[in-house]
Amino acid sequence: MAFPHRLDAPELPDFSMLKRLARDQLIYLLEQVSAGHAWLLSCVNSVALNVTSSSLCPLLPGKKDLFIEADLMSPLDRIANVSILKQHEVDKLYKVENKPVLSSSEQLCFLVRPRIKNMRYIANLVNADKLAGRIRKYKVILTPQKFYACEMVLEEEGIYGDVSCDEWAFSLLPLDVDLLSMELPEFFRDYFLEGDQRWINTVAQALHLLSTLYGPFPNCYGIGRCAKMSYDLWRKLEEEEDSETKGRRPEIGHIFLLDRDMDFVTALCSQVVYEGLVDDTFRIKCGSVDFGPEVTSSDKSLKVLLNAEDKVFNEIRNEHFSNVFGFLSQKARNLQAQYDRRRGMDIKQMKNFVSQELKGLKQEHRLLSLHIGACESIMKKKTKQDFQELIKTEHALLEGFNIRESTNYIEEHIDRQVSPIESLRLMCLLSITENGLIPKDYRSLKTQYLQSYGPEHLLTFSNLRRAGLLTEQAPGDTLTAVENKVSKLVTDKAAGKITDAFSSLAKRSNFRAISKKLNLIPRVDGEYDLKVPRDMAYVFSGAYVPLSCRIIEQVLERRSWQGLDEVVRLLNCTEFAFTDMAKEDKASSESLRLILVVFLGGCTFSEISALRFLGREKGYRFIFLTTAVTNSARLMEAMSEMKA
Amino acid sequence: MDWDLKEELKDCLVAAAPYGGPIALLRNCWRKEKAASVRPVLEIYSASGMPLASLLWKSGPVVALGWSAEEELLCVQEDGAVLVYGLHGDFRRHFSMGNEVLQNRVLDARIFHTEFGSGVAILTGAYRFTLSANVGDLKLRRMPEVPSLQSAPSCWTTLCHDRVAHILLAVGPDLYLLDHATCSTVTPAGLAPGVSSFLQMAVSFTYRYLALFTDTGYIWMGTASLKEKLCEFNCNIRAPPKQMVWCSRPRSKERAVVVAWERRLMVVGNAPESIQFVLDEDSYLVPELDGVRIFSRSTHEFLHEVPVASEEIFKIASMAPGALLLEAQKEYEKESQKADEYLREIQELGQLIQAVQQCIEAAGHEHQPDMQKSLLRAASFGKCFLDRFPPDSFVRMCQDLRVLNAIRDYHIGIPLTYSQYPHAYRKYRYKQLTIQVLLDRLVLRRLYPLAIQICEYLRLPEVQGVSRILAHWACYKARTWDVQQKDVSDEDVARAINQKLGDTPGVSYSDIAARAYGCGRTELAIKLLEYEPRSGEQVPLLLKMKRSKLALSKAIESGDTDLGEQRMVFTVLLHLKNELNRGDFFMTLRNQPMALSLYRQFCKHQELDTLKDLYNQDDNHQELGSFHIRGSYAAEERIEGRVAALQTAADAFYKAKNEFAAKATEDQMRLLRLQRRLEDELGGQFLDLSLHDTVATLIRGGHNKRAEQLARDFRIPDKRLWWLKLAALADLEDWEELEKFSKSKKSPIGYLPFVEICMKQHNKYEAKKYASRVGPEQKVKALLLVGDVAQAADVAIEHRNETELSLVLSHCTGATDGATADKIQRARAQVQKK
Repeated sequence: MAFPHRLDAPELPDFSMLKRLARDQLIYLLEQVSAGHAWLLSCVNSVALNVTSSSLCPLLPGKKDLFIEADLMSPLDRIANVSILKQHEVDKLYKVENKPVLSSSEQLCFLVRPRIKNMRYIANLVNADKLAGRIRKYKVILTPQKFYACEMVLEEEGIYGDVSCDEWAFSLLPLDVDLLSMELPEFFRDYFLEGDQRWINTVAQALHLLSTLYGPFPNCYGIGRCAKMSYDLWRKLEEEEDSETKGRRPEIGHIFLLDRDMDFVTALCSQVVYEGLVDDTFRIKCGSVDFGPEVTSSDKSLKVLLNAEDKVFNEIRNEHFSNVFGFLSQKARNLQAQYDRRRGMDIKQMKNFVSQELKGLKQEHRLLSLHIGACESIMKKKTKQDFQELIKTEHALLEGFNIRESTNYIEEHIDRQVSPIESLRLMCLLSITENGLIPKDYRSLKTQYLQSYGPEHLLTFSNLRRAGLLTEQAPGDTLTAVENKVSKLVTDKAAGKITDAFSSLAKRSNFRAISKKLNLIPRVDGEYDLKVPRDMAYVFSGAYVPLSCRIIEQVLERRSWQGLDEVVRLLNCTEFAFTDMAKEDKASSESLRLILVVFLGGCTFSEISALRFLGREKGYRFIFLTTAVTNSARLMEAMSEMKA
Repeated sequence: MDWDLKEELKDCLVAAAPYGGPIALLRNCWRKEKAASVRPVLEIYSASGMPLASLLWKSGPVVALGWSAEEELLCVQEDGAVLVYGLHGDFRRHFSMGNEVLQNRVLDARIFHTEFGSGVAILTGAYRFTLSANVGDLKLRRMPEVPSLQSAPSCWTTLCHDRVAHILLAVGPDLYLLDHATCSTVTPAGLAPGVSSFLQMAVSFTYRYLALFTDTGYIWMGTASLKEKLCEFNCNIRAPPKQMVWCSRPRSKERAVVVAWERRLMVVGNAPESIQFVLDEDSYLVPELDGVRIFSRSTHEFLHEVPVASEEIFKIASMAPGALLLEAQKEYEKESQKADEYLREIQELGQLIQAVQQCIEAAGHEHQPDMQKSLLRAASFGKCFLDRFPPDSFVRMCQDLRVLNAIRDYHIGIPLTYSQYPHAYRKYRYKQLTIQVLLDRLVLRRLYPLAIQICEYLRLPEVQGVSRILAHWACYKARTWDVQQKDVSDEDVARAINQKLGDTPGVSYSDIAARAYGCGRTELAIKLLEYEPRSGEQVPLLLKMKRSKLALSKAIESGDTDLGEQRMVFTVLLHLKNELNRGDFFMTLRNQPMALSLYRQFCKHQELDTLKDLYNQDDNHQELGSFHIRGSYAAEERIEGRVAALQTAADAFYKAKNEFAAKATEDQMRLLRLQRRLEDELGGQFLDLSLHDTVATLIRGGHNKRAEQLARDFRIPDKRLWWLKLAALADLEDWEELEKFSKSKKSPIGYLPFVEICMKQHNKYEAKKYASRVGPEQKVKALLLVGDVAQAADVAIEHRNETELSLVLSHCTGATDGATADKIQRARAQVQKK
């Protein structure tokens, strides 16, 4: 049932090296004793480069207590679990939270993201110690990089001299064989809402690391301002360090960078592919999910790692949900049959069976029952009428018919307080697909929303407007005139200098026109067979081909943006494409069918599934690099202002 | 010598730098009883006597001159001040040898070289010594007192032992050694008796040996520790010598001292006889690593021990392999068969390799290119008969000689010997970069073209070689261009420099610009910075030049915001903040969105008030409004405070022409006040609930009247009110009230929601009541909800609606609905037929 890859599909590079490097660096930072140097010699230049800053730092040998920021716990667990940390002189582990610190250790080490609030936390702790006349050693490890503002806070709080700051350049976590995550969900809000460009450097560093490890990329494409900036900075890094990598054989033929804001629509749709649906329902966090008692059919929750190693999951992750149940029951029957084989066995065969197959079968059995449980739980939630209606409304919005009816549906959704995030999502979807709400709806929906979910969301609306997610149609204005003006300004070289205000104006979506140009809504005669998908639209029940994926498909087909000028203009984004023939000549034909797609601002599992499908069809293999795996709820939450 | 001296050497203070360095002369007019009224002239010449600088001495009396290892001229004044000049007479800096000197004056001073650099030692009027071992990193050490010292020592010198500088001085028949803490008397081993005073002492170039000249005309030579005597000599001249210096070659067994009197030069060593020369002119001796330079008004000579290789080859009737090889080559050129004979002779002895090596080495020690050539030719001739002679020594010698000959040219005037050539540079701490130091010296002499030629000839990597020199050139030009050509604009200078440099790797335009700024040429510096490709590099200098706004845009232009850049942007911002008043500061920010957003991010967490001011300044009322709203949630606890914050926000929204937000904010204020009142009157929790939840809470609390009042006040639409009430009543399971409500008027949301909500509470009985009232379009759904499949089927059939039919069919389960299913199948077939 899971589609096999074509026989000539290229092999994926081994990304586990990234984990190893990150772990070794962390351990080095934690120990900082000369014995730890050995690894430095063995690892690649580039990583050594990342470490040089730390080698200057004061030592902190001996037992220490480690304080970890909550957001970093899951990623850290994937890199170095508690027992590894304990082996390396970490005594106790604490979560960074606003509680009094009970640690009695003489040395405290903080592992945090470079956020001002964390710095404040540390400053308070250090200052409290000072007041109490207590002397300890403090070390702050910032990951993935230091920010100057953080050091400035330490300085302002008067503890800059008391703590030592280090950088752990851990920016790429391989969540799966083809999925690398930077685990930076705040990237989305920081860049697309606050206009903060600091993370771009992190992205560039990550790309630089990849190219030192896996060779240069002969072909680069990109769309969006952030993509362009990241690309430029990355190039600069490569030039500055004219290392031996230049002569290396490229292992990955193409890289494609895209900004999340060029396609909000796809990210806002409800997901119906299994992996996406699990994410929407249970929230996959850092590659694993917590299945509650209703799934495990016991009284305990269970943390399950979801990746290609889970044989059952691997076969259904990219499937439309309607097929999953059937597949699982088939699988269950097969499994039973395999168990049943033992009936006719003699002793020897039985011995064989027990020692070799039974364990695998048991494992499979366990996984199968988990996924069946998850399916049931999803079915309970989703197959209700509400969900059908919701999907129907979404499809109507995508196709652009019955707008009034959809608007009413959204209003009812708000009136009934179904879910603040869902309501917001639908409003945004309506706005983007319709190039902004008409003034009357804009007002009334917002009023209803505030009445239902609380007045603080006035700020949420202001955020959404700034990000271009929820806007008002300029009254009586034939949009195109304004748009032309703005797009001229934006495509101009000076694009980088246009202020926030302008960019929100420029962010008018032209979804309808783009959809027509790129044929995003497939013409279907009769039923769309979700079992044997014929295009990427299957990830949305055959109603819509994800825009981001379609763009990638088109550009890869043409090997350039040629002929897509109109789409690019409508998207209001800067695009670029570079091919280095010298490098391409060196690349094997196999590596030229490997494509690294970089989503700046996050990507959804639906997009991943769609591109995996595209890869199978065309003989490519896609590798995904995202600032974080996202979905509609996460996007909306990032934009929401919650009460403190 | 090329110079045209007006003064006699003996009337001058003379200083010559080692390693073929420059010579400085200053007429010593202070030694005479009465100070001359004319100011003396300080003149600097290259070793070949080419004038490099000449300046009128305007400061106080000078006691001693000396060159530092970096070829800077140190002039020790009587008052203890040390003035430092460059090779071209440019004043660099000055420092003092301590306050004590001010009173007691400086009697005598020495400049000496150690492995750390150059030091200065002075003898004060109080007969105390002070020294600094490295003038680059000035640390003064006052040496301990010599007990019962009543007069100036007859002679003294600095020694360097175990990396520590000592002073050895002679008073009458006694010798004292001063180190940092102690003063000890020392006696040279095996000193001849009858010495009543020491007239002169000389320490060797490497501080290993010491020579003492006594009033009996006796010379003692031994190790610097005085513990071992090497040899002694009695010259029978009692007149104090003018100078005495060591003359020996590194790694040579021979030791010799050169002693100079007015007109006589004597070389003494471990031999019963001395060698004597007559000096025609006033001469001056310069100790070198491998010999002595002797210069006078007209000549500049080098006296040294003949190297072994040269001696072997050129000794009269030498049969050394090298000599034979040279002879063989000469015969070969004459096309004589003797060449073969000589060659055979060498080969028979199996000494061809030595022969070649000797020739190569001897060539190195020759100063005449012709002689170098003939020796090298002999070596190359000999090489032909050797199988596997590694070529590099030959090649390297050719290269070295070429460089040496080039710099020995009298226009250049750096007479380095071959043995000094690699050594010269070790002295300068750059142990491996020997050629670099030579290049530095050329650059110091502004001999850029030669330096570049040497780089190219030696194929040095660009960054170390050519581009470094170009950068120096550019710095020099940036400093001095308009001195040479008055009316060239800064722009042209910058362009000219750029044309020459292009983007040679390793050239930093910001360094050059810094140099230009250093001599007050700010405009040129800015122009030069334009050529700096890394805009980040431009920032620090721009800041220094108080061009903060430009700096800011450059800092941002560098595009990325990694740590370094952020630091830059922040530094610039803080600079600006201090430099400008707040208004101008914000105005500047406004034109820099990137910096603005960075600064905003920072303010949001650290300086909320600044953020507010920022919005105020910008007339950004929208953001200002949001700011106050945020404040009403985060900062304020009391209702009054919150309402006040909201009021400010509302005002701001009005100014921003955002009526919607203003109205919404006003509603919120009303709601807050009202919630407060409700809490007071009814108790319970109302604050911070949304309007919807407030009303729902009221209904759930049974305060229907109030709820309705609220709904009217806030114009809650009917539909919402119905949904709200429906949910609240169902929550209470107040079925009676619900029914009453449903009948109060026609439902604006239909009756299906009633069915749904009852079913949600598992009340099929109540649900059925409403199912009958559901409108026709949703009737099927309603009936299915309450589980009445049969009736649903009937309705669907009646509607002849295919989707409804399928929907019902999907609800038909097993045997119970078998009949119904059949019915629907039939109906569907009928519908499809039509």
